[in-house]
Amino acid sequence: MSLAERAEGDPAATIAARELSKAFGGVQALRSASFAARRGEVHALVGENGAGKSTLIKILGGRLHADSGNVLLDGNAVRLGGPADAARRGIGTVFQELTLLPWMSVAENLLIGREPRSALGLIRRNALAGEAEAVLAGLGIHHIDPRALASEVSLAERQIVEVARVIVRQPRILLLDEPTSSLVEREVEWLFARIRELRARGTAIVFTSHRWNEITSVADRITIFRNGAEVGTFDAIDEDEAVTLMTGRRVEALYPPLPPVPSPAAPALQLEEAGVGDGGTVSLSVAAGEILGVGGLAGQGHRELFLGLFGAPPLARATIRIGGEPIVITCPADAIHAGLGIALVPEDRKTEGLLLPLSVRTNLTLPILAQLSRLGVIRGGAEARMSREIIDSLGIRTPNAAQPVGALSGGNQQKVLIGRWLLAQSRILLLYDVTRGVDIATKHEVYELMMRLARQGRAILFYSSDTEELTHLCHRVLVLSRGRIVAEFAPPALTAEAVVAAAIREPHAA
Amino acid sequence: MPPDAAATLAARPQRRPRAAHVLGQNIGLVLAAAILLASAVVFTLMFVIQQQRLPGSFEITSTVNNTMPLAVAAIGQTVVVLTRGIDLSVGGVIDLTNALAAIFLAGSPLHMIVVSILVVLVGAGAGLVNGLLVGLGRLQPIVVTLATLSIFQGLAIRVLPQPGGSVPAGYTNLLVNPDAPTALIFLAVAILGWMALRRSRLGVELFAVGNDEAAAVALGVNALRTKIVAYSIAGALYAVAGLFLAANATSGDATTGNSYTLTSIVAVVLGGVSLFGGRGSAIGAICGAFITTMIVNILFYAHINPLYQAFYEGLFLVVAVVLGSLIGNLLRRRG
Ligand SMILES: Nc1ncnc2c1ncn2[C@@H]1O[C@H](COP(=O)(O)OP(=O)(O)OP(=O)(O)O)[C@@H](O)[C@H]1O
Ligand SMILES: [Mg+2]
Repeated sequence: MSLAERAEGDPAATIAARELSKAFGGVQALRSASFAARRGEVHALVGENGAGKSTLIKILGGRLHADSGNVLLDGNAVRLGGPADAARRGIGTVFQELTLLPWMSVAENLLIGREPRSALGLIRRNALAGEAEAVLAGLGIHHIDPRALASEVSLAERQIVEVARVIVRQPRILLLDEPTSSLVEREVEWLFARIRELRARGTAIVFTSHRWNEITSVADRITIFRNGAEVGTFDAIDEDEAVTLMTGRRVEALYPPLPPVPSPAAPALQLEEAGVGDGGTVSLSVAAGEILGVGGLAGQGHRELFLGLFGAPPLARATIRIGGEPIVITCPADAIHAGLGIALVPEDRKTEGLLLPLSVRTNLTLPILAQLSRLGVIRGGAEARMSREIIDSLGIRTPNAAQPVGALSGGNQQKVLIGRWLLAQSRILLLYDVTRGVDIATKHEVYELMMRLARQGRAILFYSSDTEELTHLCHRVLVLSRGRIVAEFAPPALTAEAVVAAAIREPHAA
Repeated sequence: MPPDAAATLAARPQRRPRAAHVLGQNIGLVLAAAILLASAVVFTLMFVIQQQRLPGSFEITSTVNNTMPLAVAAIGQTVVVLTRGIDLSVGGVIDLTNALAAIFLAGSPLHMIVVSILVVLVGAGAGLVNGLLVGLGRLQPIVVTLATLSIFQGLAIRVLPQPGGSVPAGYTNLLVNPDAPTALIFLAVAILGWMALRRSRLGVELFAVGNDEAAAVALGVNALRTKIVAYSIAGALYAVAGLFLAANATSGDATTGNSYTLTSIVAVVLGGVSLFGGRGSAIGAICGAFITTMIVNILFYAHINPLYQAFYEGLFLVVAVVLGSLIGNLLRRRG
């Protein structure tokens, strides 16, 4: 382990942070943090949820001002006037919370501020889509329709457009805050290919990720953050050591052992002939105490399946049985209330899961307000106690339960989403990419939690964009492609390679 | 340098046809135009049945002239609503500018031009006040403009305590010629202006702020400036509406503008502009304004007691909005 020189001492730094501090109300997000990135390097920034990575990137990207300390460009202290000013100086940023404008087309979003113009200086709206198509193709993106609204494309596609928008502006410093969190392997590969091209051209690239294999595959140097300050910068470091530095404690084996499914298996959730897109249908059955994984490339009907089971919107033509009894789910309230307890952690927590301006407590107790109320009045004491328990048991980092969820770090927001369904005591959990944006230590806690829930006899349907997770945490894995189940794996055949191969295999001519 | 094949994201087999995108993304405008057409047909039928002839130049001209103030005000309201705001001060600004116009419009053509420009600037100033309060004060638009509505109404009464003043016939003929629907030329200019705005940086910023203000700021949009400019443009347009109203009535009244607060919002909603911001078109709002006039015309020929007019207008609005959103949802499901 070689500790590199302190950031301010790095003469080769293209962009550097010198002793930045930043507080949000009572929360000290950065404590005299320093960091430096050189041209032509990929510099990974890692740390637990809430360590201050996004805050640092927002300051370097001109979106926040530090309370004290400096941002240095090529060794000179600068005061960034805002994101536009940072962009003028060659800093391009992809923020963790995406910034695509939902009711504008992909093309408008991609080209915002650099639209094709006529001689009169007016935007040639008819030329937008064509130009966007060309720009995307130049970056190797052929699957996104530039005419679609940003809100019509999947989260992964939005993430890719966001990256593309920044890359085409050819920044000399590229800041990427968790760009891969919603991407599947092939898309990550795409992104890394672009990153390597830019590195070859001398761009300084800073990126954050909670997936260690990504960090080792693309990063030249790694800076570890803990509690709002850097712990050190390394040319290479192994995962255990890094995790110990990030968390201040050792984490045992990342994946806990799977508890056996009780036999005889009692089916908890059965789904027959559900249409999830592309004209295919899906039938599946999950037993109590079983974790059933659903894998495959993004956009193949996973979202439709999970949201559909939750009634948002309901699945077409499907027969759903809970504990053997056929039931009808027409809306999420049916799913939550009618004694079934289907729970869903949605893909996009910003728009589908959390009420950002409301408190952590309210977000946690929302689905069980009826239980918590007497004659329509919420029993504040019970609400406070139950939310406190969840905050403690999941280790949600928040100054108090009254904090607006929007002010938490991304990973902590995710924990609030999981905690909600623990409180609701759902018997069947639909977990959709729950560890997205969650740090390694917390991931470990979430895995343990999943095992505990399975041992309690809850049935879990689990989707993850991280295939490793599927293979380690599931009793069985189904592979979904074009709205159909194309393969099923159970140990010992269940390996990441097998799942990926099944996912990308072209369907047999029907 | 073409990216290597391994690192490209391949095309999907089928894409939605281009027409589907255009229709889906302009559904509000299409529905507004359809409702306008339907109401025009209903009106024509009732007219033919009762008058034994087709509506002629007189009917068309008076419809256009009566709609002009609302159409212009609705464009202003659209600009504000697009930023996810709302402007209730429309009525007050129209009252004020209408009163000013009735008092000061006189004399030589040059004098009238100067007065018109000054009146429009007064409107822009009123909008600027709204914009500053909403933007700098970070206050709710609905609260700010409710307060300034009363303030501008009060000022209007001070300017013109009794209905009166007069507008020269030449001015009336220029703006709202009673013999031919020449006012359509102004509408055409307004539509061209809208299309230019839509294709300008300011237009993009208006839509961006209304889509997601935080995201817009992260993209380098100056949300504060954009909002201030939006309210100011809106104020100027309300002043133009006040001028049209004065020209139409040939005299001033410091209270005739009041109804425009509500009707401008109605027109915007009928025109498919989303009250949640970021979506809509001034052309839709103009259609909405004409629909509102058509409803009044239809009620007139249906011999509805004028006392019940507001009731039926409200009923129609609810039906139109519900139908519109149902059709919109259906189309979206299909797409
Ligand atoms: N706008 C805000 N208001 C209040 N607190 C905030 C705000 N933004 C961040 N924080 C707090 O600052 C701390 C650092 O947050 P930051 O988003 O930088 O973490 P992070 O390292 O990016 O975490 P993650 O891996 O979860 O994205 C957290 O404790 C967070 O709750
Ligand atoms: Mg973060």
